[in-house]
Amino acid sequence: MLLLSLAWQSLKNRRLTTSLTVFSIALSVALLLGVELVRVGARDSFANTISQTDLIVGARGGSLQLLLYSVFRIGSASNNISYSTYETFRKHPAVEWTIPYSLGDSHRGFRVVGTNEDFYARYRYRRDRRIEVVAGKAPTGIFEIALGSEVARSLGYKLGDAVVITHGVSEHRGILDHDDKPFRVAAILGRTATPVDRSLYVTLYGMEAMHLDWGAGAPPMPGEETPAAKLKIEDLKVHEISAFLLRSKSRIDTLRLQREINTFAGEPLTAILPGVALTELWRTLSYAEDALAVVSFFVLAVGLLGMLVSIYTSLNERRREMAILRAIGAGPQKIVFLLVAESAILSVAGAGLGAAMIYSFCAVAQPVVEDKFGLYLPIQAPTPLAWTYLGVVVGAGILIGFVPAIRAYRNALADGLGVRL
Amino acid sequence: MLQISGLRFAYGAGAPVLDVPSFAVERGERVFLFGPSGSGKTTLLGILAGILKADAGEVRVLDRDLAAMSGAERDRFRGAHVGYIFQLFNLIPYLSVMENITLPCRLTAERRARLNGVGMPYAAAKVAQQLGIGNLLHESVANLSVGQQQRVAAARSLIGTPELVIADEPTSSLDYDHREQFIELLFESCKAAGSTLIFVSHDRSLMPLFDRCVSLPEINRVGR
Ligand SMILES: Nc1ncnc2c1ncn2[C@@H]1O[C@H](COP(=O)(O)OP(=O)(O)OP(=O)(O)O)[C@@H](O)[C@H]1O
Ligand SMILES: [Mg+2]
Repeated sequence: MLLLSLAWQSLKNRRLTTSLTVFSIALSVALLLGVELVRVGARDSFANTISQTDLIVGARGGSLQLLLYSVFRIGSASNNISYSTYETFRKHPAVEWTIPYSLGDSHRGFRVVGTNEDFYARYRYRRDRRIEVVAGKAPTGIFEIALGSEVARSLGYKLGDAVVITHGVSEHRGILDHDDKPFRVAAILGRTATPVDRSLYVTLYGMEAMHLDWGAGAPPMPGEETPAAKLKIEDLKVHEISAFLLRSKSRIDTLRLQREINTFAGEPLTAILPGVALTELWRTLSYAEDALAVVSFFVLAVGLLGMLVSIYTSLNERRREMAILRAIGAGPQKIVFLLVAESAILSVAGAGLGAAMIYSFCAVAQPVVEDKFGLYLPIQAPTPLAWTYLGVVVGAGILIGFVPAIRAYRNALADGLGVRL
Repeated sequence: MLQISGLRFAYGAGAPVLDVPSFAVERGERVFLFGPSGSGKTTLLGILAGILKADAGEVRVLDRDLAAMSGAERDRFRGAHVGYIFQLFNLIPYLSVMENITLPCRLTAERRARLNGVGMPYAAAKVAQQLGIGNLLHESVANLSVGQQQRVAAARSLIGTPELVIADEPTSSLDYDHREQFIELLFESCKAAGSTLIFVSHDRSLMPLFDRCVSLPEINRVGR
């Protein structure tokens, strides 16, 4: 107890080097924990790009491809599924809800998604967040369109603006524009920080109307198009969609449904579990986080070496102090304990300050980071890995403390009481 | 109180420093030990305090043979029964006067027990009073003059009334007036505590104040 208080007072006496040392350890700990936090946050945000959807169903094909085009709007479906098949599963007794997606068109590089009102009512991301309409009303008319927040922001569109949709996916206005049937912006969606923001949404009827009169992927001859003004929802019939999201009534049904869909006799289908598919995809991307962790370990090593240097260099000027402690009855082991206690205090303080730094940074930066990068930094108890990091820092600090301590031990035995200054 | 016989000592594998066939000090005696520089005075004190271990022979202090004890036992023995004053820089710079004086009691339970139930601050104040530094207890040691520092060192060596007080040239950095005054205060305090005093100095003018004067080269066969 006395030795701990001596260690503490001695550190206090060397305020400047002590605080610099603690600060440098704290910085490396903060970095290490920060990397871990971003890792967990990124993984969680990624896994929750889409929530509450139990199955994603598309035409038979690769599961990664299905995940990419349905969730991330990357790539496209090689085949569609018929609307009647979709209807079969929509009305399936084990199914709670479905959201249909009809893909394939774009507007200035942003994907256009045909869907229905269930998208606005049922779609969930980050566990339980729903799509919000921040301006206007969700599209119901054939030529109404809703803009994802990033589309609205980067193109500067307002409610009522006209939007011409391009057939296929192209950065620029293509040759195959549906310019005979412009859409009106009816709604602007709230920011979700997910790929939802980077798409435009029309009704399935709108999607159908655009492609009316088209044959075999070619537009109708000029003058042969059905005029937009003449189209009514009652006249339109949806033939196919690209994929649909599905929630089953109970989690037990999910796997049974998946099997049922994968072996569906009507047409070849693929159903994937989005959670599993997202985790698999994340694993292939995780080498970056390992690289970050390696860098922060080097930073930590530098911080701990700084501590070693600062204690070690102070030893010579403290030789007299050690001789005094020896003279009043402190054994060489106590000298060792004193110095190890000092490095333990330094590393515990460094680890504590580092954790405090990163958590307060998180508390402040959380909304900004979420808004800017779509990365939700969870303020939660340290993960097991974070605890391991903290343990390693304190353990390494104590171990390193033995280096000057053993040197002081040798001095204490060799010096006797005749320390000359 | 203290008997040495057949003591031999060398630092590591170096040349022998001490070879003392016999030497003894009575309880309550005040002994003046002198000898040329490098003759081994500090080394002998280190052995008496149990910091250094004799290579051969017997070192009996308070009827216990230090030469036969383990390092930890000698440390505990020193903490409980010995007070030590250095020539200079006796104090831990980051502790107050009070904290410096009470240090031995805080480190060793046996020394604390010797306070006879009196609180540490009270015991420290009492011994500081005797040495004329009662008003400095809460000063930082950095603000003290050298003479005041030596008195704090004396107070620390005397707290808990150790049987043996060892002083290694404690007055060599003091001027003549302060020297006499310091020694008188030290004597009084040793007497009050019933402690035996072994005092090393180059200053032969102090010799008349002591009960007995010992020349180290006369008892040490090394260097003769
Ligand atoms: N820690 C040490 N390691 C090795 N040799 C030492 C050590 N301390 C002292 N010596 C040697 O032991 C001998 C006796 O030294 P010591 O300090 O006991 O002399 P001293 O009589 O106290 O001298 P002074 O009057 O100068 O204080 C010297 O030759 C010295 O060089
Ligand atoms: Mg000496």
